[in-house]
Amino acid sequence: MNATAPGAVIGSVMGEPSATGRFGQFGGRYVPESLVPACAALEAAFRDAWADPAFHERLARLRSEFAGRPTALTPALNLSAQLGVTLLLKREDLAHTGSHKINNVLGQALLAQRMGKTHLIAETGAGQHGVATATAAALFGMRATVYMGERDIARQQLNVFRMELLGAEVIPVTSGSRTLKDATNEAMRAWVAAVDEAHFCLGSVGGPHPYPWLVRELQRVIGEEARAQVPATPDVVVACVGGGSNAAGTFAGFVDTPARLIGVEAAGGAAMTDGRPGVVHGYRSLVLQDDDGQVLEAESIAAGLDYPGVGPEHAHLGTTGRAEYRTVTDGEVLDAVRRLARSEGIICALESAHAVAWVLRAAGTPDLPTGSTVLLTLSGRGDKDMATLAGEVR
Amino acid sequence: MKRLNPYLTGGITPDWIDYLIAFQEAGADAVEIGLPFSDPMLDGATIQQASDQALRRGVTVASILADLTAARDRIRIPLIAMTYANLVFRGAPAHGGGPEAFCRRLADAGVSGLIVPDVPVDEADRLDEAAAAAGIDLVLLAAPVTPADRLAEIGRRSRGFVYAVSVMDTTGERALLAETAAPLARRIKEVTDLPVLIGFGISTPAQAAAAARTGDGVVIGAALMRRVLDGASPDDLRAEVAAFRTALDQVDQEMPVARAHAEISGDRR
Ligand SMILES: Cc1ncc(COP(=O)(O)O)c(C=O)c1O
Repeated sequence: MNATAPGAVIGSVMGEPSATGRFGQFGGRYVPESLVPACAALEAAFRDAWADPAFHERLARLRSEFAGRPTALTPALNLSAQLGVTLLLKREDLAHTGSHKINNVLGQALLAQRMGKTHLIAETGAGQHGVATATAAALFGMRATVYMGERDIARQQLNVFRMELLGAEVIPVTSGSRTLKDATNEAMRAWVAAVDEAHFCLGSVGGPHPYPWLVRELQRVIGEEARAQVPATPDVVVACVGGGSNAAGTFAGFVDTPARLIGVEAAGGAAMTDGRPGVVHGYRSLVLQDDDGQVLEAESIAAGLDYPGVGPEHAHLGTTGRAEYRTVTDGEVLDAVRRLARSEGIICALESAHAVAWVLRAAGTPDLPTGSTVLLTLSGRGDKDMATLAGEVR
Repeated sequence: MKRLNPYLTGGITPDWIDYLIAFQEAGADAVEIGLPFSDPMLDGATIQQASDQALRRGVTVASILADLTAARDRIRIPLIAMTYANLVFRGAPAHGGGPEAFCRRLADAGVSGLIVPDVPVDEADRLDEAAAAAGIDLVLLAAPVTPADRLAEIGRRSRGFVYAVSVMDTTGERALLAETAAPLARRIKEVTDLPVLIGFGISTPAQAAAAARTGDGVVIGAALMRRVLDGASPDDLRAEVAAFRTALDQVDQEMPVARAHAEISGDRR
């Protein structure tokens, strides 16, 4: 798996952001002065590590020996026949801990160790990033503190148990919407107070520079593996978008091909579709907000997509037209989980089912004509969602 | 004279202007008006609650500025707005938005300063210009971890005063004045002639006095907002702020010898 060569062209599509961490007009480092030195130190450490073959070697070993990479590329034969398209699934659900989040966390934990940090602070929505962080902390002998909205704690109980079993401390967040947005606020506040010993292990491609770049580079492995696995360049590459990390990692592998890039958002948390330019959680991007600039609460059945912002690089890819963004409803998502389970024997996460739902809806329409080849990143497995599904899927 | 800048969340109660007037009567040198934001990253529980309470009341930037405009005849001290980047940068200039319009609206309502904690000096260029054009002082913040070169830039570019964030934490009351407060204030004073106001966590008149022995004054936020949230009246808050005023005035009267002694003994009572 090749990393971006050091010295990659700045500002090239899905290359290095500008010196101020911008992708076009989006990104930046809108953090309190208390966090600026930590962000700068992280950027320096990342540049240094990313140019160091020994770092890549350690990461590559962790990916293969611990995380189970490369993940399979599974042709969804039954669904393909039913839909009249060739559907290829990039199986991040098979990665250790059950989602793509481990790709990011292993890299960040290595970086944290390199910086002499002993404590990982994370925010989580679905709990997958929290579980990945707890896992890496256990492996690296670090302390993990995970902030999680009270509402998400209730709907993703399994992942709360997993984090605690792994030795992490899960702190319920009771402010605001009690979901990922508020967990992120709380994690950043905790980071301010612990910045010497703690690394903020951010779970997606949002946050202040260098996080959107750093996390995309760590997730690039999805797209690069898939590119090597597909028999030919697909017509369409599709992934779900919460903050946008599995999509960014997937897109990075195909951005220089003619493939159309499609990100699928939850209808109730569609920053790319309904958002306006704004600054939240340290970065400028598209944000769901009211006329006065107050951030709106997202509303999605998938805790991992229940977020009013989106990574700045997606805002840039969408604005420039290189990627397109669609939305699907909670109802379509539940149908998609069931359809994938019964057709292919794969129970995917509610988040991942957003990408599946778009394929189900679009196949045979001008958006996804019959005969197309689709690469779909199945970002995670559905175990965590059994309680929700038991109540919803008949 | 040591400066006293109490903080007040705009619109926290229907009669919030009465608190502002009470602060003024109690001897505040300026009042910081919080324009509440849904996601106040650098605020602890108390100011989060104060912001939420105001937002639940339906308060907006426009309504707060309208209240200030209406109270103009009663306000004699400078007002400094404190808010987050999203409210400042909102909207496009072509549609009456952006920091240029935001700063003009502040100026029209009689506000003369602006503090935006999530706009560090590196991101401040456009806001700097917009504020200057509207005659607003953009106050920059420095933190205990700010390295020397950044501190020099902050000292050079801040307007009005430099805000010393006393502690590596969010806003909120603390049992003790942070040990990082005095060293930071001293470092800032080495790089600028602007006044240095110490804020974050200053909860009692004694702590304010201790901070003011190194800095040129203090900002008091959560300690006052907790009282308001608990239902204290403007009269109650007048007494509260007056106690801070008295403590600061005593520092002014201390003989240089007494001041040196207090610094050596690290007096925080
Ligand atoms: C399985 C799964 N997919 C997707 C996401 C959304 O994150 P992102 O958009 O960063 O990939 C999450 C987040 O919690 C997740 O758990």
